[in-house]
Amino acid sequence: MQNKPRLFVVLLKATLLLVLFNFAFILMGIFPLGKLSLYNRVFPGRERFPFGESQKGYNLSLFNLDAMFASHVLVGTPKASDEYRVFLIGDSSVWGTLLTPEQNLAGQLNASEINACGKTVHSYNLGYPYISLLQELMILNEALQYQPDMVIWLTTLESFPHDKQLTAPLVANSPERVKQLIEKYQLPLDPNDPALNHASTLEQTFVSRRRAVADLLRLQIYGALWSATGIDQFYPENYERAQTDFEADDTFHEIKPTASLQDHLSLNILDAGMNIIDVPMILVNEPILISDGVNGDIRYNFFYPRWAFDQYRLILDEYTSSRGVPYLDLWDLVPMDEFTNSGVHLTPAGESMLAEKVSDAIQNFCE
Amino acid sequence: MGLTQIGASILAALLVGALPKGHRDDVTRGAIRVYFLLALSVLAVYWFQPAVPLRSFDFWIPSLSLVLVILTWFITAQAGAWKSRQNIIGLSIIVGGVALVDITRYIFPDPFITTTTTPRLIIVLGFFALTALAISTFTILSRRIAFTLSLAIILLISILLILKSPFLSLQTSILFRTLINRPIESASALELRWLGFSYITFRLIHVLRDKQTGRLPELTLPEFATYVVFFPSLSAGPIDRVERFATDLKKDFALTQDETLLAGQRIAIGLFKKFVVADALALIALNDALVTQVRTTGWMWIILYAYTFQIYFDFSGYTDIAIGIARLVGIKLPENFASPYTKPNLTQFWNSWHITLTQWIRSYFFNPFNRWIRGYKSLPAWTILLIGQLATMFLIGLWHGVTVNFILWSTWHGLGLFLQNRWSDFAKTSFSVTSPRMQTAMQIGGILLTFHFVALGWVFFALSDPSLSWQVFLALSGVSR
Repeated sequence: MQNKPRLFVVLLKATLLLVLFNFAFILMGIFPLGKLSLYNRVFPGRERFPFGESQKGYNLSLFNLDAMFASHVLVGTPKASDEYRVFLIGDSSVWGTLLTPEQNLAGQLNASEINACGKTVHSYNLGYPYISLLQELMILNEALQYQPDMVIWLTTLESFPHDKQLTAPLVANSPERVKQLIEKYQLPLDPNDPALNHASTLEQTFVSRRRAVADLLRLQIYGALWSATGIDQFYPENYERAQTDFEADDTFHEIKPTASLQDHLSLNILDAGMNIIDVPMILVNEPILISDGVNGDIRYNFFYPRWAFDQYRLILDEYTSSRGVPYLDLWDLVPMDEFTNSGVHLTPAGESMLAEKVSDAIQNFCE
Repeated sequence: MGLTQIGASILAALLVGALPKGHRDDVTRGAIRVYFLLALSVLAVYWFQPAVPLRSFDFWIPSLSLVLVILTWFITAQAGAWKSRQNIIGLSIIVGGVALVDITRYIFPDPFITTTTTPRLIIVLGFFALTALAISTFTILSRRIAFTLSLAIILLISILLILKSPFLSLQTSILFRTLINRPIESASALELRWLGFSYITFRLIHVLRDKQTGRLPELTLPEFATYVVFFPSLSAGPIDRVERFATDLKKDFALTQDETLLAGQRIAIGLFKKFVVADALALIALNDALVTQVRTTGWMWIILYAYTFQIYFDFSGYTDIAIGIARLVGIKLPENFASPYTKPNLTQFWNSWHITLTQWIRSYFFNPFNRWIRGYKSLPAWTILLIGQLATMFLIGLWHGVTVNFILWSTWHGLGLFLQNRWSDFAKTSFSVTSPRMQTAMQIGGILLTFHFVALGWVFFALSDPSLSWQVFLALSGVSR
């Protein structure tokens, strides 16, 4: 006679299996799950890192740098002997908010088919939406294994303040990577800062990490739609234009005009970035919206009071001169109308102006 | 139903299934089980109802569902039946449930069972009085005028038509907004989301028709109301038959370990189908936006296949969950799916896809309609068949929605069934396949052909506009991509 399973036994076994699986999952934490990816194998790699909150963009944000890189076309592209590989590091303006992969800086540089040092320039978009130098350093640190010939780091003042460094979601959720960066480059940051999400043992179980696992799976599924449509961002028909009228507020991150701005900026993170690479780097002060609206004489835009940005430009100028770093100060390159929903996001035409300058810089560098 | 609602339903079902013995007799225990199921179902009608932009409509819509249930019972039950103890208790449970949901506004700071704040008690008391008046009038009329039952059926179909027709829904939304002084610019056809109304209507029409034909068994109000708004099958069926449901309900039932395991297995399969497979496929399944975005013919086929499997896993997953939960309380709901995508012809597909709906349509429309049309002796047999199948499929299409695309979908299947029937007749008389290999090949060919016919039919079903469907067909054939 066949033995019928008893409810108690079934429940006990199920519970045991669940507990065991959760503990096994903690142990699996040492294996970077994010590196398992259908991108660059079944689906083509993405032109930029996955990011997005709208399902209509067939994309999502996740805090797993391994998975982000694994889905990027860079990882699946062997370097050709005649390729001059340029990495573009920066924030959402480099990533290309409201711009298609063809319209953003990397897309426009690649479309212009320029040569440098006798090779064909191929640019890779390694920008990521959120303004933090440490986040950019983290991405640069990871990207170096993919053999760049040149790095172009596009920055803006908003990514420099100390209080911006650990709060970027990608940084806050990568405490181990941050710790390594702090130790490696002796950064004056606290690896135990409460802004960093240190997961307890319980928080590393599968049950606690189910959202992250689901995001990894969703990223793979969205690969099908990326492949089918080439769409990786939701482009709304209408959006709110960048603010051009402001309150008469002259503070920057609660810093008053009388203070020394330099004391509040994380230039040491920029230093670390300069030190880790052994290929040429061009630093770019990216274009910002210069408003002529209400209180435009006090603020350039939503982010910056005039005094702070003017000081920042002087600081950056002095910083690059003293270290011999090639520097492009393109802050006023783009007219006000060529910004979209933020003081740093450009229209395709604005992006074209920027691409032209960057393209010249790449070519001139070799000459 | 979301995971929280499913989890709560499982827990509630386990508690009802495990009601302890030790009462006076088994009959009492059975009755208590029915009362519990009714109370849970009444609360579920409110809890499962999605949010509606119009104020308190997420209270009024479920309340109207319950009014229709009580009304239908009164006009189909024997005169004076409501005076029996069981029916008074049943009525008290329903009225008490509605009142309980309403008074949550005075107990909890935020809406508890409904998604928005319920109306003031005085308004609900007025609603009770009006309902009592309407039901009494209707009941008295039903004893005197035979047409009352038909009138109730017409009323139900009219509401269904309004809810299923985007134009009528929009007009009704505008009307309601005008009556309650809300901006009509925000009116929308999606505003009147009435959870489970399609299923409630078909259950009620089944009861009303069976009453008209003298086939309806005697049912108490608790049995009847539980059948119509039974919480596991409220939102996605299946559409059971009342006499079968009542038989299960009347049986002495105590949840055993075996039953629990079988039910648990079914629920687990359903959860996996719905929340893992279907929800994952939904991310890449055919929809209006993808029609113009997909760049190649190959990908268009893939997103169509994704939709084809998504709709199956979604619907059959919910059915598995409903069957599993119902099993925990001793109700064996009928199966709704029997591997439909593995059927070698369209007739068999429709015998294994949404089985309870197909059987309902067959019983209450196809068979009577066929009998009626056969009265026209001058019509050739093939015409009768074509008209019957087209009309049946139209009805199934309209049950899903009164739109051009649903009509096209139903025409697609109606014609498909007709052609398959003609081909079967022709094949039977013209040739016979004796070789086992040939038979296997024919079987596999039939499955593939049927599957693709059904999948192509979903192009109409999934999209909102015929022009979008046309674009998909062009892309699938490689003409436009």
